[in-house]
Amino acid sequence: MELNAKIPPGPLKDKWNYYKDHAKLVNPANRKKINVIVVGTGLAGSSIASSLAEMGYNVKSFCFQDSARRAHSVAAQGGVNAAKNYKNDGDSVYRMFYDTLKGGDFRSREANVYRLAECSAQLIDQAVAQGVPFGREYGGYLNNRSFGGVQVSRTFYARGQTGQQLLLGAYQALMRQVAAGSVQLFTRHEMMDVVVVDEKARGVIVRNLDTGEMERHSAHAVILATGGFGKIYYLSTLAMGCNASAIWRAHKKGALMACPSWTQIHPTSLPQSGAYQSKLTLMSESLRNDGRIWVPLKKDDTRNPNEIPETERDYYLERRYPAFGNLAPRDISSRAAKERIDAGYGIGAQKNAVYLDFSKAIKEQGQEKIAQKYGNLFDMYRKITSIDAYAEPMMISPAAHFSMGGLWVDYELMTTIPGLFALGEANFADHGANRLGANSLLQACVDGYFVAPYTISNYLSGEIRSEIIPLDHQAFVDAEINVRAHIGKLLAVNGTKTVDDYHKTLGKLLYDYCGLSRSKEGLTYAINEIRNLRNDFYENVKVPGGDDEMNGELEKAGRISDYLEVAELMCLDALTREESCGAHFREEYQTPEGEALRDDKNFCFVSAWQWQGEGSEEVLVPEPLYFENVELAVRSYK
Amino acid sequence: MKIYLKIWRQNDSGSPGKLVDYELDNVISHMSFLEMMDTLNEQLVLSGDRPVEFDHDCREGICGQCGMMINGRAHGPIAHTTTCQLHMREFKDGDTIYVEPFRAQAFPVKRDLKVDRSAFDRIIMAGGFVSVNTGQAPEANSIPITSETVESAFDSAACIGCGACVATCKNSSAALFTSAKISHLAKLPQGKMESRKRVLTMVARMDEEQFGHCSNTEACEVECPQGISVLNIARMNWEFSLSSILKK
Repeated sequence: MELNAKIPPGPLKDKWNYYKDHAKLVNPANRKKINVIVVGTGLAGSSIASSLAEMGYNVKSFCFQDSARRAHSVAAQGGVNAAKNYKNDGDSVYRMFYDTLKGGDFRSREANVYRLAECSAQLIDQAVAQGVPFGREYGGYLNNRSFGGVQVSRTFYARGQTGQQLLLGAYQALMRQVAAGSVQLFTRHEMMDVVVVDEKARGVIVRNLDTGEMERHSAHAVILATGGFGKIYYLSTLAMGCNASAIWRAHKKGALMACPSWTQIHPTSLPQSGAYQSKLTLMSESLRNDGRIWVPLKKDDTRNPNEIPETERDYYLERRYPAFGNLAPRDISSRAAKERIDAGYGIGAQKNAVYLDFSKAIKEQGQEKIAQKYGNLFDMYRKITSIDAYAEPMMISPAAHFSMGGLWVDYELMTTIPGLFALGEANFADHGANRLGANSLLQACVDGYFVAPYTISNYLSGEIRSEIIPLDHQAFVDAEINVRAHIGKLLAVNGTKTVDDYHKTLGKLLYDYCGLSRSKEGLTYAINEIRNLRNDFYENVKVPGGDDEMNGELEKAGRISDYLEVAELMCLDALTREESCGAHFREEYQTPEGEALRDDKNFCFVSAWQWQGEGSEEVLVPEPLYFENVELAVRSYK
Repeated sequence: MKIYLKIWRQNDSGSPGKLVDYELDNVISHMSFLEMMDTLNEQLVLSGDRPVEFDHDCREGICGQCGMMINGRAHGPIAHTTTCQLHMREFKDGDTIYVEPFRAQAFPVKRDLKVDRSAFDRIIMAGGFVSVNTGQAPEANSIPITSETVESAFDSAACIGCGACVATCKNSSAALFTSAKISHLAKLPQGKMESRKRVLTMVARMDEEQFGHCSNTEACEVECPQGISVLNIARMNWEFSLSSILKK
């Protein structure tokens, strides 16, 4: 199999315009006859569903939450990037493209990344028109802040709730279309399988989570906007329901999965405090604009941080990366924290954290100014830890956060199954081996509002003569039988261990061996352990209740059964990539100073994986990356 | 510490429910309230009982999915906090805690502590948006908006749609929820244009959904995780009166 990314011809800056000018269209009268399914109602899902509905297509939208407004895009705090250059600080589309490409350690496609930067300005216009209350200067114009990995100020924000406000804008646009009758919304429905007919995606099997009923839905195209799967690590910054199930089941139907092991470990989360813990709360990276990160110079220093004098503190990011300091990119900041923690300088009861200190900023700018910028984050910190961060430093620690990896898509955001698209965090596309802060909201929105409306129409122009597949078609029957068989298998085990028990064990394994740093030895060990754990799961898991009712444990069990397979592929992906790049740090491949050592000669490709059936090892299909506009540089932030 | 729980168990909206007693040892004060519930559910699963169904997702106070009446208060004893942000350090060893679903005619119980809040979605459908299609937006800085205006709009827009206001209100009124969206959009020039029509359609939908009327007890503001002000309700009433008169 060979992968074709379908990059349009012409110079980099003209490619997207070329595509738009030549994309095929569907006559408005024909759009009414075409059905599209969108799974997920986060920023990518809501925005594409409302955009397609506005154009006149019949859209069905599905989410597992009880309202479309609760998708996990809601939790993004810090902001969204756009190359508006309002600050007149030298920003441009090209510079944003370069920052993103470099931030991703040159492991993404030039054309995709350029398009992301190109469409960024338009997104801000769109969001403002929807009523998103971005922060403004006193003169009434939009304000910006800085984020990690860049030297300009291009991040737009709505206090510390930018994701919530952007999502509400997209959710309201979606509900407007639901009211107009052009979108049918199904909340509390989980996608169980993609239905493929004549090698094209033509429908889905979903389960109503309130009643347990199984439903079949037929369409001309299926769009997965189902988010990331960082929750596979159990302890993560993600919501409890975040999962890989939709993309994994599509993968098992033939869609290739790209670079699944590339997971961003966020540097500024709250540390774990005990085994009962279900979630690590993120503290926005924007805090690093004014906060300084340090650990004591002395090991096992148990003094109150305020009593440790300046001369006995190690501001290790400022020391190692003077050019970017506390705003070094996330992968580098997280690894630097792990290095200090592993060396025994960690702080807190579990010695698993570092300090994030605002005393200098408060002294210089005053508490009021700091409260205005980060008030809600300080409040949240106090609620969770009962510590006042205005008076003493926060304790932070790295946590699993964002999946750069996901379903492989071409320039049109289409997977290797024709008619099956993947948008937002569910795909592997723009972020390479590491995502820059405030680029995730951007990518989800750009995919949904500005890219997919063109590319999906282009695909659908070839489907106007395709008849609707009836729900009793053999492909629907077979898919539903398989789904029911899998649920039956989970319920039948009736063992002695809970689903969460397996999830916690799996998460720890992955964090230790396929997390911030990886090695051949560790990954080989982990693959073996994951297989054992999977076998154990089908022998000893206990899932109470039935399949014909609301059953939260069954929902979890289905997601964990997928995670137990995804985890093995993640380790295989990490094992076969014998270089370090971005978030993927192989201990065998590092410079004498401990920085990532990339191997452009042998690994300048995207690893796409093809499912070969139960029990067979997946096959690697590389997509070579070509760099025609930038030179591959060593990624230095020193 | 040891905690005694009295939890509402109900199979579905059609059957009667009741409070059931549970005991939980080894509760740690740093646990969140939902982690305490996880611990209980783990025990129930292992002992062959059906675990307690409750809504939750992000567990960082922003998605608005969690919500329970804890000792008679929406989201528990701390003001302006979601259930997921409540920690067991707020309780003492040996405490008895009553856990019930949010109760309102417009929020039927689905099972145990889960309720159906889709009425909120239908209120938004009735006009809680700016009528702008994708791809039509003018340059963002073409309409300057003062920082004070935007911050004030944000205060209204911050609502997470959890329903604590309804559960707290003795009349089960959705006035705080509805007025927050009406105010958010009316305060900004982008949403101002449709505000006359919006307030009428959204209020009408709120009434159709069987929410009660607001009698200005201001109890909702205390329990709101985002501290949405009751001044939004005053604005809604003013906009409603004005729009009703102008319509005539």
